[in-house]
Amino acid sequence: MTMTETMRNALIAAALGAATAGVTVAAVLPSLAQTAPQASAGAVAIDNFTFTPQTLTVKAGTTVTWTNRDDIPHGVASDNNAFPKSKALDTDDSYSFTFATPGTYKYFCYVHPHMTGTIVVEPNG
Amino acid sequence: MSKSDRDDGVDRRKVLECMTWVGTGVLWTVAGGVPHSLGIMGEAKAAEAKGLTFLQISDSHVGFDKPANPNALGTLEEAIAKVNAQPQKPAFMIHTGDISHLSLEAQFDDADRIISQSRLDAHYVPGEHDFLDPDRKLYVQRYGRGTRGAGWYSFDAGGVHFVALVNVFDLKGGGMGDLGAEQLEWLEDDLKGRSASTPIVLFAHIPLWTIYPEWGWGTDDAAQALSYLKRFGSVTVLNGHIHQIMQKVEGNVTFHTARSTAFPQPAPGQAPSPGPMKVPDDQLRKMLGIADITFKQNEQRLAIIDSPLKS
Repeated sequence: MTMTETMRNALIAAALGAATAGVTVAAVLPSLAQTAPQASAGAVAIDNFTFTPQTLTVKAGTTVTWTNRDDIPHGVASDNNAFPKSKALDTDDSYSFTFATPGTYKYFCYVHPHMTGTIVVEPNG
Repeated sequence: MSKSDRDDGVDRRKVLECMTWVGTGVLWTVAGGVPHSLGIMGEAKAAEAKGLTFLQISDSHVGFDKPANPNALGTLEEAIAKVNAQPQKPAFMIHTGDISHLSLEAQFDDADRIISQSRLDAHYVPGEHDFLDPDRKLYVQRYGRGTRGAGWYSFDAGGVHFVALVNVFDLKGGGMGDLGAEQLEWLEDDLKGRSASTPIVLFAHIPLWTIYPEWGWGTDDAAQALSYLKRFGSVTVLNGHIHQIMQKVEGNVTFHTARSTAFPQPAPGQAPSPGPMKVPDDQLRKMLGIADITFKQNEQRLAIIDSPLKS
């Protein structure tokens, strides 16, 4: 996790350094992710009834994609309806949402509500 | 926990020990809060006195096609064939939810087509898999006639009062099953004025007792519901959801969960997650099944026979 955090920070720093106005972190991260797959910022895997990572920190404007790797459907819903809920995600289905506004977004699986996670959206710049 | 829990309850380890026996078709009767096994299913059936017998099926997950059971519709069909082969026809059937896997029209259609071959009246409650259509409308449209809210209701049969509860609708983040204030209020009202000697059967999808909170196997506000049942001499709570048999007796209340007709799930904490459990092909039908529940009149005694698809 420390590794991930460090790498993510490095990626963001690199992205910010390289970014001209209008180039978002989200646009830069995918290409960097190819060389550092363990730092898959913007992606949440649903595996063994768990959101991984449990807390994902991204910059505003990042598109977060949840992908269900279980043999059972799951669903993503915000605790306070701060973002739209996903349709039921069958095996290998994905759901994406772009977080434009900084904040802490708690969410859960509306099929199995003991499964919870958090997206922390930090301001750009 | 409480004293009465120790006196009357069967702890989880004990239940798990019993499960292997239940799985081979042992009849359980419960008298004075202590479960007794009476013998193998055949003997027990022969000894059965007349009373109300009804059937429970659960977790048919029509549409499920993953490795744990590539043909869940087929095993539902086998379960119904087993029902039809019974020498004594049950009075009716209850289905304790997860009829479909993904709440698709076609899955509900397939389930109805197979279940109707039993020619039994079927009383349903929904599982969380039955509310997966985007508008969460299909279940109530198809099964909710004469029900309240997300599909709760009650009825009487053979001197027993049956209450069907919904604990899978509008679940809250971090929580388990949930009945909600409106349904609890309805339940309290529904039970008001009924004689304490009326046997009560409550059925709902997710267990109304906390089996394993780490996997969400419980109902957050079940204690409130059960508080309305304290004055009744005989209360039976029938659930599904966990795809395995578990039983517990606490005071006047017997809790029982039924097998699935679709796929087994692991015992609590025995796997990284509660997901479908892949077992060798020749084991699958030993872990799927149905349950017959019999009340004998004027005895506060209940008999549950769990039968696997294949023994």
